[in-house]
Amino acid sequence: MGVWWGERCLPAMSTPRQTLTARLLTAPSFVWMLIFFAWPAANLFLLAFRPADVTGGVGEGWTISAWRVFQEPGYLEAIGRTLWISALTTGGCLLLALPVAWRISRAGPRWRSWLLLLVVLPFWTSFLIRVYAWRVLLQSSGPLATLLRGLGLMDEDAMLLYHPAAVVVVMIYTYLPLAILPLYAAMEKFDPHLLEAARDLGATQWQALSKVLLPTIQKGVIGAALLVGIPSLGSYVVPEMIGGLDAEMLGSKIGQRLFSDRNLPQAAALATALALLAMPAVIMAIRKRPGEEMT
Amino acid sequence: MQDFLVIDHVTKCFGPLRAVADVSLGIGRGEIFSLLGPSGCGKTTLLRLLAGFEQADSGRILLNGQDITPLPPERRPVNTVFQNYALFPHLSVWENIAFGLRIAGKSRDAMKEMVERMIKLTRLEEHAGKRPAQLSGGQKQRVAIARALVNEPQVLLLDEPLAALDLKLRQHMLGELTALHALVGTTFIYVTHDQGEAISLSNRIAVMNEGRVEQVDAPATLYEEPTNRFVASFIGDANFCQGSVEEMLPGGYVRVAVPGLNSPMVQGRPGLACGQGVRLMLRPEKLRLSLTRPASHERVNVCRAVVQEVAYYGPHIRIRVNCGSQRLQVQAVAQLLSAGTQLWLSFDPDDGRVVG
Repeated sequence: MGVWWGERCLPAMSTPRQTLTARLLTAPSFVWMLIFFAWPAANLFLLAFRPADVTGGVGEGWTISAWRVFQEPGYLEAIGRTLWISALTTGGCLLLALPVAWRISRAGPRWRSWLLLLVVLPFWTSFLIRVYAWRVLLQSSGPLATLLRGLGLMDEDAMLLYHPAAVVVVMIYTYLPLAILPLYAAMEKFDPHLLEAARDLGATQWQALSKVLLPTIQKGVIGAALLVGIPSLGSYVVPEMIGGLDAEMLGSKIGQRLFSDRNLPQAAALATALALLAMPAVIMAIRKRPGEEMT
Repeated sequence: MQDFLVIDHVTKCFGPLRAVADVSLGIGRGEIFSLLGPSGCGKTTLLRLLAGFEQADSGRILLNGQDITPLPPERRPVNTVFQNYALFPHLSVWENIAFGLRIAGKSRDAMKEMVERMIKLTRLEEHAGKRPAQLSGGQKQRVAIARALVNEPQVLLLDEPLAALDLKLRQHMLGELTALHALVGTTFIYVTHDQGEAISLSNRIAVMNEGRVEQVDAPATLYEEPTNRFVASFIGDANFCQGSVEEMLPGGYVRVAVPGLNSPMVQGRPGLACGQGVRLMLRPEKLRLSLTRPASHERVNVCRAVVQEVAYYGPHIRIRVNCGSQRLQVQAVAQLLSAGTQLWLSFDPDDGRVVG
């Protein structure tokens, strides 16, 4: 991974000596990734093919029994739910982040830094506290529910919490800055005259946005989608605290296997499945060369 | 000639600033018409009003008799060559040129034919597959022109198209633009702050200042017969002297009392009266210097001059002289002169003008 990035980012470094320098420079991160990412990931994958020990440990030999976890009721549904909640979160974040990033990128230089500061401000508070604050906001006796009941928009016994929609809302809230920042970075470099040029050549406002702005900032859109989509797939805290049984995601299931059942191979199998779920999107995003085709 | 493009009392304000102030112009079909002026004079705003990027506060724009004022840019039969080219970075040269045709829903074959013809016309054959980032400034310029012209606009708007190029390339591209215009015959409206570009390219020029049009004329007329001081100083170099009308002469000439110049006879303008304070314009290259007093006859203005400073420019020199209290710039072919030399300065009555 490290060397691959090294070569991709430094295409001008072609002489053997320079390539060697580039490799040496990327070696530490490469070794780091090897020890703390590749090796544990491989171990996790192998663990999924070990038998579970009754004491909560891992037995000897190889088996695929851990993968039978997917035959248990609720697991395929959890996968489906994980996929669509993540898709909604990613889509929602992109839709909200595009206009915000555009506005920030078109603001004056002084305003721009303040607006960016506001975007990252939530990160200064603990993630757990912020999710907990959402629980307070959404609970039955909370301000939002009281208001909606007062307006007659909500039944007495209906609840805002413990619903997949609440999970999506809180996840969008959580990940929105991660979508805004890469989109802003891409839009900041965008020359607004390109939109005028498109209009001048006969494009409507909408065509100018879809045929010129979006393809030009494609890298930013892909980056934002990956930054939001991948962590969404592995969400654990938000569905646990905001969602009920109806909003259980794969992350919660892994937690249950790990903490309640102490079945490490099954947790490993679920985690591997999650990684495999995320893989196609990542591969597609990386292989797509921005702007190769116009339509 | 019936004007092809009519700008009818157009005004555009940005807050308190009147960027374009009640401008009226008529432009003929097939003309190369320049909007010339210093930065901030409103020429670019006027071009953007024509393209449809700005909406006029008042006034109308008529193209071929049709009122296009309310139309958005995509529905106007005009195309723009932008100052920074504004090429689409994610598209190849070919796709950039094809953009407008694709939007217009042209068939694949028609599009291919039109794009290839334009690529040939702008000599971009070798670069058709390249991205804008791989092109030189001059090549980008040609792509920008091809991308606009391929749509067969009724008017081509060019916004300082050569400003980003170096001098040699700029001169070369001026020649190419003229040749291209001869081929396609489209009406060109050319915005520039460079008087040299405007003069060598245009059929007519509108000199703009502070949102207003100061004078509209053919390049030679603007240079030889500027109607006011701004035009006189913006097109070419000029000496200006304060004086007062001494005597009205037949043939539109007047004798003006100017300190140091011995009441020269110059071209007047309508509405002058004896005793009126006026401003006299003298082009540096129209002034003659000689060591001996020129053969005197009544139609030549002669006075004494002392050389103050000589600057060498290669093919010519610039000499600053004092005629009494009057300081003048004179342009002459290179010759040896030193400060303090006593000379005679002379000029023809047709080469001096009252401009204000």
